[in-house]
Amino acid sequence: MAAPEPNADAPAIRVRALSKTFDVPVRAAGLRSALTSIVKRKTRAVEAVREVSLEVAAGEIVGFLGPNGAGKTTTLKMLAGLLHPSAGQAHVLGFVPQDRQKAFLRQITLVMGQRNQLLWDIPVEDSFERNRAIYRIAPADYRRTVDELSDLLDLGELLDKPVRNLSLGERMKCEVAAALLHTPRILFLDEPTIGLDVTMQRRIREFVADYNRRTGASVLLTSHYMADVEALCKRVVVIHHGRILYDGALSELVQRFASHKTLNLELEEGDEGAGTDLSRYGEVVSSGAGRASLRIPKAETPATTARLLSELPVKDLTVEDPPIEEVIERVFSAEAE
Amino acid sequence: MKQALDLYGTLLRVAIAGNIQYRAAGMVWMLGMVIEPVIYLVVWSAVADSRGESVAGYDARDFAAYYLTFFVLHHLTFTWIMEVFQYRVQQGSLSFELLRPIHPIYADIADNVAYKLVMLVVMIPAAVVIALAFEPRFQPVGWSLALLPIAVVLAFFTRFFLEWGLAMSAFWTTRTTAVNRTYYSIYLFLSGRAAPIALLPAWLSGVAEHLPFYAMIGFPVELALGKLSPERALSGLGVQLVWTLFALGFVAMVWRRAVRRFSAVGG
Repeated sequence: MAAPEPNADAPAIRVRALSKTFDVPVRAAGLRSALTSIVKRKTRAVEAVREVSLEVAAGEIVGFLGPNGAGKTTTLKMLAGLLHPSAGQAHVLGFVPQDRQKAFLRQITLVMGQRNQLLWDIPVEDSFERNRAIYRIAPADYRRTVDELSDLLDLGELLDKPVRNLSLGERMKCEVAAALLHTPRILFLDEPTIGLDVTMQRRIREFVADYNRRTGASVLLTSHYMADVEALCKRVVVIHHGRILYDGALSELVQRFASHKTLNLELEEGDEGAGTDLSRYGEVVSSGAGRASLRIPKAETPATTARLLSELPVKDLTVEDPPIEEVIERVFSAEAE
Repeated sequence: MKQALDLYGTLLRVAIAGNIQYRAAGMVWMLGMVIEPVIYLVVWSAVADSRGESVAGYDARDFAAYYLTFFVLHHLTFTWIMEVFQYRVQQGSLSFELLRPIHPIYADIADNVAYKLVMLVVMIPAAVVIALAFEPRFQPVGWSLALLPIAVVLAFFTRFFLEWGLAMSAFWTTRTTAVNRTYYSIYLFLSGRAAPIALLPAWLSGVAEHLPFYAMIGFPVELALGKLSPERALSGLGVQLVWTLFALGFVAMVWRRAVRRFSAVGG
C-alpha cells in the first residue's frame, strides 16, 4: 500500500468524533445468575471515549489530563493503532492508525510507564540492537542515536547490564531510549514518569522537551504528575468520562476554571491579627504566627485585597492562583454537577 | 534481502543470548524431554520382551531406535508457543509487538531456533547416553535419510504454524489450558509419540497417517529409521506439504481475526 505523505502544514494528528465502546460482560452474584449467564450472556456497553475531536500540530506537545478511567489511554491506543475506534476517524501523519501500515509504525512510538518492552534477561544494548534490525535503522544512524541518547539520559554504564538488574528509574530511561531509537515523529507517552523519584521525573521531562526541540516531533502525553504537564505542555486537553471538557492553553485553564484565589498575608509584628476575625474577609485556609492564607472568590479579590490593606497592618500580601491539581479537580466536579 | 538477513541474524543473535541466560531453565526442560521418551521406550521394550516377540514389527532394540530418533527429531521440531501465548495477551506485551513494523512470528521462529541450537550442548550427550543404555538397532536406508531434512523442515513448520494458530485462542478465552490439554492429548495419541502408529488398530493408523500429528513427528522418525517404502515416504511428504500450507493459511487467517478482536476489546 502506498504511504500517504502528509504536507507540511497538515496537522500531525487529526481526530474527528472518535468514539470507543467496549462490551463488558455483566453478571450478578450468585449461582442462579451464573447458570443464566451460560445460556444468555449479558453485556453492558461502556463508552470509554465519546466523540473526541482534536488536532495536534507538528512539533506540538499536548498534555492529556483526566482521572483514572477517563479514556486517556484508550485514546492513545486508538491513535497508535492498537485499538479500532467504534466510530469517528483518526489520522496520524496522514495514516489511518488501525491499518497499522509499516510506514506508519516506523514513525510512531508508544511508551507505557507501567509496561516494558525491553527483554528482561539480556543486556539493554541487545534490546536496542533488536530494535535497530526491526526498524531497519542504518548502522551509522543507529550508532549516532545511541550515543546521543546515552549522553542525554546518562545511559553509559547501563547499556551492558541485563534489564532485570536495573532500578525502576534506570529501566525507564532505557525504555524511553529504546522507544526513540528509530527517531519517531509522533510520541505517545502514557504516564512515562510513573513511580519515578522527583529527580528522575525531571530528567525524563527535560529529555522529552529536548527531543521535541531537536526533532520537531509531536508529543501526546498523559501524566498524573502536574509538574510534567506544567513543564512540557503549553496546551492541555482535559478528558473525563470519555469526553473532552477542555482543550486549550494551560494558563487559560486556570483563568477559566479557578473560581478562587489564595491571598497570603503577613501582618506587622506585635499585631498578629489577634482579635481580628479573618473569616470576615474570606475562608481561612490556615493562620498563625502572624501569617494567614485566605481563599477568596475570584471576582471579589480586588475589593477584598483593598479592604485588607486598609483595615489591617499588612506587612506583605501575595495573590496566587490555586494549584493546578485543584483547578482540574474543579473541572471534573463542574462536569459532574 | 540484505535487510532481511540482518533482521534474522540479529533476532537470532539476541535470542541465543537470551536462551543462554535461561540455560538453567532450559536444562530442566531438557530433562523432561529425555525422561518422556525413555519411559515409552522402557514400557514398550517390556511389552516386546514379555511376549518374546516383536510388537507390530518392533522388538526392544527397534523401540530403542524409535525413541532415540524421536528424542532427537522432537527436539528439532517442537514448539512451546501454546504455553506462553496467553501471557502475552494478558500481560500486554503483545501490544508492543503490534506496534512494531514486523510480524511477531519472526521473533518466535528465531527464539525457537536459538533454543534448539543452545540446547544441542545437552542434547547430544543425552542422546549418546540413551544409545549406550538401550542399544538401539539402526538399519539406515540411504534415499530415506536423504529425504529426512525436507521432512524435518516440513514437520517443524506444520507444527509451528498450527500451534501458533491454536495459541491465538488466547484472544477469545482466558482458559487456554483447556484448549492446550485437549490438543496435546490428541497429539500424544495420534502422532507416534506414545507409541508408533503401527501399534494402533489398522483403521486408526490409516486415518492417523493423514493427520497433521503424524506429519509432525511419527513420519520423520519412521523415515529416519528406513521403515517406509518409497511410495509411503513420498505420500508422507505430500501430506506434510499439504498440512504446512494449510497451517500457514490457518495462522494468517486467525491472526487477522485475532488482531481485529484484540483491537476491539483492548489489551
